[in-house]
Amino acid sequence: MSDFSEELKGPVTDDEEVETSVRSGAGMHFPWLQTYVETVAIGGKRKKDFAQTTSACLSFIQEALLKHQWQQAAEYMYSYFQTLEDSDSYKRQAAPEIIWKLGSEILFYHPKSNMETFNTFADRMKNIGVMNYLKISLQHALYLLHHGMLKDAKRNLSEAETWRHGENTSSREILINLIQAYKGLLQYYTWSKKKMELSKLDKDDYAYNAVAQDVFNHSWKTSANISALIKIPGVWDPFVKSYVEMLEFYGDRDGAQEVLTNYAYDEKFPSNPNAHIYLYNFLKRQKAPRSKLISVLKILYQIVPSHKLMLEFHTLLRKSEKEEHRKLGLEVLFGVLDFAGCTKNITAWKYLAKYLKNILMGNHLAWVQEEWNSRKNWWPGFHFSYFWAKSDWKEDTALACEKAFVAGLLLGKGCRYFRYILKQDHQILGKKIKRMKRSVKKYSIVNPRL
Amino acid sequence: MDLEEAEEFKERCTQCAAVSWGLTDEGKYYCTNCHNVTERSQEVTSTDLIPNTQIKALNRGLKKKSNTEKGWDWYVCEGFQYILYQQAEALKNLGVGPELKVLEDNLSQSDWASEPELLSDVSCPPFLESGAESQSDIHTRKPFPISKASQSETSVCSGSLDGVEYSQRKEKGIVKMTVPRTLAFCYLSLLWQREAITLSDLLRFVEENHIPYINAFQHFPEQMKLYGRDRGIFGIESWPDYEDIYKKTIEVGTFLDLPRFPDITEDCYLHPNILCMKYLMEVNLPDEMHSLTCHVVKMTGMGEVDFLTFDPIAKMAKTVKYDVQAVAIIVVVLKLLFLLDDNFEWSLSNLAEKHNEKNKKDKPWFDFRKWYQIMKKAFDEKKQKWEEARAKYLWKSEKPLYYSFIDKPVAYKKREMVVNLQKQFSTLVDSTATAGKKSPSSFQFNWTEEDTDRTCFHGHSLQGVLKEKGQSLLTKNSLYWLSTQKFCRCYCTHVTTYEESNYSLSYQFILNLFSFLLRIKTSLLHEEVSLVEKKLFEKKYSVTRKKSRSKKVRRH
Repeated sequence: MSDFSEELKGPVTDDEEVETSVRSGAGMHFPWLQTYVETVAIGGKRKKDFAQTTSACLSFIQEALLKHQWQQAAEYMYSYFQTLEDSDSYKRQAAPEIIWKLGSEILFYHPKSNMETFNTFADRMKNIGVMNYLKISLQHALYLLHHGMLKDAKRNLSEAETWRHGENTSSREILINLIQAYKGLLQYYTWSKKKMELSKLDKDDYAYNAVAQDVFNHSWKTSANISALIKIPGVWDPFVKSYVEMLEFYGDRDGAQEVLTNYAYDEKFPSNPNAHIYLYNFLKRQKAPRSKLISVLKILYQIVPSHKLMLEFHTLLRKSEKEEHRKLGLEVLFGVLDFAGCTKNITAWKYLAKYLKNILMGNHLAWVQEEWNSRKNWWPGFHFSYFWAKSDWKEDTALACEKAFVAGLLLGKGCRYFRYILKQDHQILGKKIKRMKRSVKKYSIVNPRL
Repeated sequence: MDLEEAEEFKERCTQCAAVSWGLTDEGKYYCTNCHNVTERSQEVTSTDLIPNTQIKALNRGLKKKSNTEKGWDWYVCEGFQYILYQQAEALKNLGVGPELKVLEDNLSQSDWASEPELLSDVSCPPFLESGAESQSDIHTRKPFPISKASQSETSVCSGSLDGVEYSQRKEKGIVKMTVPRTLAFCYLSLLWQREAITLSDLLRFVEENHIPYINAFQHFPEQMKLYGRDRGIFGIESWPDYEDIYKKTIEVGTFLDLPRFPDITEDCYLHPNILCMKYLMEVNLPDEMHSLTCHVVKMTGMGEVDFLTFDPIAKMAKTVKYDVQAVAIIVVVLKLLFLLDDNFEWSLSNLAEKHNEKNKKDKPWFDFRKWYQIMKKAFDEKKQKWEEARAKYLWKSEKPLYYSFIDKPVAYKKREMVVNLQKQFSTLVDSTATAGKKSPSSFQFNWTEEDTDRTCFHGHSLQGVLKEKGQSLLTKNSLYWLSTQKFCRCYCTHVTTYEESNYSLSYQFILNLFSFLLRIKTSLLHEEVSLVEKKLFEKKYSVTRKKSRSKKVRRH
């Protein structure tokens, strides 16, 4: 578009007022107006057939790819290559990327293509234009990784790392960091294999030192490569995990903690539950104090209340001395069971049953009522319907029991679920059920006595 | 020193204003009076280009290379002559008479005789843009500065000697040669010969690559280098449009002051009677409809010699759209027979179907519904294939066009890259799937009686849609609706517009079918149908209209 606007400015004299740009001062942009202005300048002609047939070709390729018709896609691709010679410079510059993306897809899946074809294609596309080299190299390396050719992938990445042509834009920086990081990841993989070897060797073994040294060298390289990337805001789970593993192995706990804390708490990074999980696991390994663990998990609770770590969280809260923690513990349990994926989680139900009983015994009826108020409209149908009663009992009697207990406590002994379970005859659970009945009678929140 | 040839150069010497030239050893002109040597070389001014064979010899005579890399010095009009030559060859291969070539040369000679004089004044400043409407359809995007035409600069910007200047020339009254106009030329020659190729056929052959048009410059001799502004002139990236070429034909004919063309009489291929028969066969309609089309032709006066023959000088309405007119007549006849209001034609089909079931031995009655089903299927298939072939069309030639010498290696490298990539992908493509080059044919659809899969309707009878009344036959349909109520009288070139949703689906289908056949826009066909109706129902337009009118058909 830029050279076009220059042409507009060209023959205009200073006296005339000509609108050379369709962007007004207020920052409004009218793309449709641009096309009209363009057509006026070329005498109102429709666009060339070349442009029309190439865009038709593109949609045919896309359709063929969607339908997995690789043969046809290759046929159309044959004709699409001519966009590399498009007289429209804007389209000509955009062509290599499109061709790479579509061509690599076709070559990936086409039955007649193989590694060599792909490699030749990738090498050719890399050399068209300066802008695409890094991206294509990276994708090429990933393709090789996918096929298990680790050495080739590493070689590719090393070549790409030293590419310094073209403009020094921020996107290029990120690409280079990515490339380095992937290289680092590959090195990590070698490191971890060697570590495995090392663990099998005896300390007295003569090869031990050599291997240990080798391992250390690898780790150093890896850390150099990965550390640059993880400073940039983004989601870098595999990189962070491997990096932290290495740091921990060499005893750099502070470094590891710093990396993880940064990753989880730095506001510039996108919100990522995994970050908190990694941090939590690390702290657990380091046997951090309970309060710290609780603070970490609290954030995770806010992001993903249905995570299975929530049960651990609940255990931590339960054991805490602070009352607010214990209240939160109840919240967390209810929160977990709000989600359909956890309805059959027997641990959750077990905890809830036990905890409810304790809380009600401890005279914290208000807590229970607060949690139950927002749920009493839909939990009965969601968890405690007659249908669930039958199917739960059929599937897992223990689960059914726990649920029944909760149902009884929350809905009273008249609720369908509870009554159904009560009616069931069971050798082992029979006694338990009887005990349940008594507790429900005593503690249920719908009990008119309380 | 060839004084004889130097006599061709008629320019006045800049120093002594005499007109007396000789040729130096290098082939440059020098004034015999004052020995002022010009930069002009010999090849420019010879205009005697009568036989085509001499073009080749002439171009070989252009041996005065300024430097080996640049190749020959050549002018844009020579390039066009080359293209015309190639097109004439191609037409000859298609079966057109060999007189065509001579005709083309005569045309090209007579018309552009004025050109060299204009060209010879290279040292003059270029023609300023007078604000006149541009006669050319060249679109040059390259933002080269508008240079004063000095020899060295023009040679940088274009391979031809006058590429830059040529593309800037925008004088009123001058018709510049462009690649689409070469087709106009071809058509004029065909018309003069009254060959059996209509304009739509010609354009279809161009699209199917039987006639050089896109990348015609590929076959220029090696030494004629094209770059810079030549791209805009010779590097066409669109197929010719019917209306566009039609207008240009008229324009060129008028510009050249051509006399009245040979008469188009009833036995000529281009006469509507014959063309209607051809199209009826192609669209699988019964032969009996032909008598109706002849009748309509007679009633509207469209079969008159004066109406049909092209006469550029006379200010008469210039109607050389023979194919569109023939098809329009067929549409009108279909409307007369079937009304095409999404209702009547189907009830007629019901009747025909019932009759055909009962009387299997007789000649079957034409069943519109059956015809529609078969035609729709065939049409959809053909259209799909056509669209796919168009999407796969390769525009770029082996001879890449580039901006300047600096770009040349880049352009060639790109070309090489593309060829390599194509080679790589061609191994993935199943070789049996690629169809061989189809031989050109005038018919796009073929129907035969023997084909049991697809019914051939040629022999079917129209009895189902006609009824007897005394000596003559009447159509069962007594209604008619006009495609256009009012014609536009303003200065735009169109007399009516076509808004699809206003018309019945059957009508839309018929229009789509025929427009695809001729590769024209449906609005163009609709316009022609309206014009035919205007002639047919003249009284209707001049008097307040009545809705229903019975149409009498005389049986011959």
